[in-house]
Amino acid sequence: MARTFKEAAIAGIGATEFSKESGRTELQLAAECSLAACQDAGVDPRDIDGMLTFTIDNSDEITLARCLGVKDLAYTARIPGGGAAAAATIFQAMALVNAGVCKNVLIWRAMNERSQYRFGQNPSNTQGYSGGHGTGTLLWNIPFGAMTPASWGALQAQRYMWNYGLTNADLAHVCVQQRKYAATNPNAWFYQKPITVEDHQNSKWIMEPVLRLLDCCQESDGGVAFLVTSLERARDLKQPPVQILGACQSIPFNVEVIANFHHDDMTVMPEAKGVAKRLYEMTGLGPQDMQAAMLYDAFSPHVLLQLEAFGFCKPGEAAGFVKAGGMAIDGATPTNTHGGLAGEAYIHGMNSMAEGVRQVRGTSVNQVTKKTVNNVLVSSGMAGAILSKV
Amino acid sequence: MTTPNDSAPAAPAAPKPIRLAPIVTPDAKDFWEAADREEFIGEKCSDCGKFRFPPRPMCPYCHSLKREYVKLSGYGTVHSWTVPRHPPPFGFREAPIVAVIQLQEGTRFVSNVVGVKIEDVKQDMEVEVLFEATMGNHKVPVFKPRTK
Repeated sequence: MARTFKEAAIAGIGATEFSKESGRTELQLAAECSLAACQDAGVDPRDIDGMLTFTIDNSDEITLARCLGVKDLAYTARIPGGGAAAAATIFQAMALVNAGVCKNVLIWRAMNERSQYRFGQNPSNTQGYSGGHGTGTLLWNIPFGAMTPASWGALQAQRYMWNYGLTNADLAHVCVQQRKYAATNPNAWFYQKPITVEDHQNSKWIMEPVLRLLDCCQESDGGVAFLVTSLERARDLKQPPVQILGACQSIPFNVEVIANFHHDDMTVMPEAKGVAKRLYEMTGLGPQDMQAAMLYDAFSPHVLLQLEAFGFCKPGEAAGFVKAGGMAIDGATPTNTHGGLAGEAYIHGMNSMAEGVRQVRGTSVNQVTKKTVNNVLVSSGMAGAILSKV
Repeated sequence: MTTPNDSAPAAPAAPKPIRLAPIVTPDAKDFWEAADREEFIGEKCSDCGKFRFPPRPMCPYCHSLKREYVKLSGYGTVHSWTVPRHPPPFGFREAPIVAVIQLQEGTRFVSNVVGVKIEDVKQDMEVEVLFEATMGNHKVPVFKPRTK
């Protein structure tokens, strides 16, 4: 009997420690976090039959499968678009399980993105900007000095900020809140290291006058993995199942992953608006039904853009919403409660997806307790999911 | 690098360009070859007449494969901008102003705004194209405040 599209669940999550120098290979990080996700779920890693990751993950799926002793792999795929792939992996896993193609889908992302290479530095080669990675027009920017994610992110955000009269100081509240969450999260790189608005304003310019250092996510070493299976099967496993109530991608016309300057209105994030529309249609839920949100925070303005796109506040109101405590643990939409990619670690968005799972399970170190967490929205811009309590 | 030469030294050379050369993909070849000739061109559908960027073989509006490269006005406005401070980008002696230029023809192009101080950059300011040299004897279109 065919399943409906709502019967997949996240049964396990796993992670390595988050650091600046893991001291081991990316493949080892991948193997460690994958094993941890299986153990968390109570699934024998040999029974994995689907494997998903990002196109730019350096570990080979077959080699990883041979680490884990996978007996009979039925499906592998990779998703382009850098961090935009994060929630899209959950979408694909859901689709594979619901289609009956796979029973146990492993999602992993593991990288030494501080000790081995750094996304925040100028590129030493531009192969990653070539076709097949969903990176569109990045090559066109290089001769003009726009050669880091921060430069593309700043060009994208500046029009939005100008349009609503925001300055860099208005972004500080996003960063202060995320670091407040990280300060109480022992797994966060910035554990016990909160910042003030003054610290934010004293941090050096990365992209003047848009982004300072503290507006930017970290560069991190580490790995995060998920085990996705059917809801039915997940009920019999070790952890309370976290249902993937809805998941989707949205890539509207003329939208690009980060060199996102070619769509009509740069004061909005059309891809996140598209994800919101699909997710809410798919689930019959709306922003008012989400008790927490994990929004891809490569750079702080993009948290504001997503808060607006997902309808947590009106266009142009996100900075005021955050300043008034909207992202805080007792606020309207507790957001990035692990500290985000800026506070906890930058595992390409996957650690934020894991925090969504913990909030639904009720096991976050910064657990939302003011309301029962029934639904959490997780977003990586071009993809999103609603994770729900069963 | 210099070549040993017995003849008298010529006039002092202009500083050698350090800007990175464009990375030329097959679909962008016509654009960059025109830039080398100091022509700022755009790709236009020969059937429906709409412009598109970046260059691609098919018109997304009418699916025609017929296309032509036409000289653009070279006028536009500063739609969005920033100054990369850290890390200092390759190819510049001083931090450049990077901008998304909204071209008169409707498409956008990431470039630099030159000939203006950072504090004088205004949103939507009108600019016009000029060309700057890169390493490897290439040229790229940049923009300065509009004079005419």
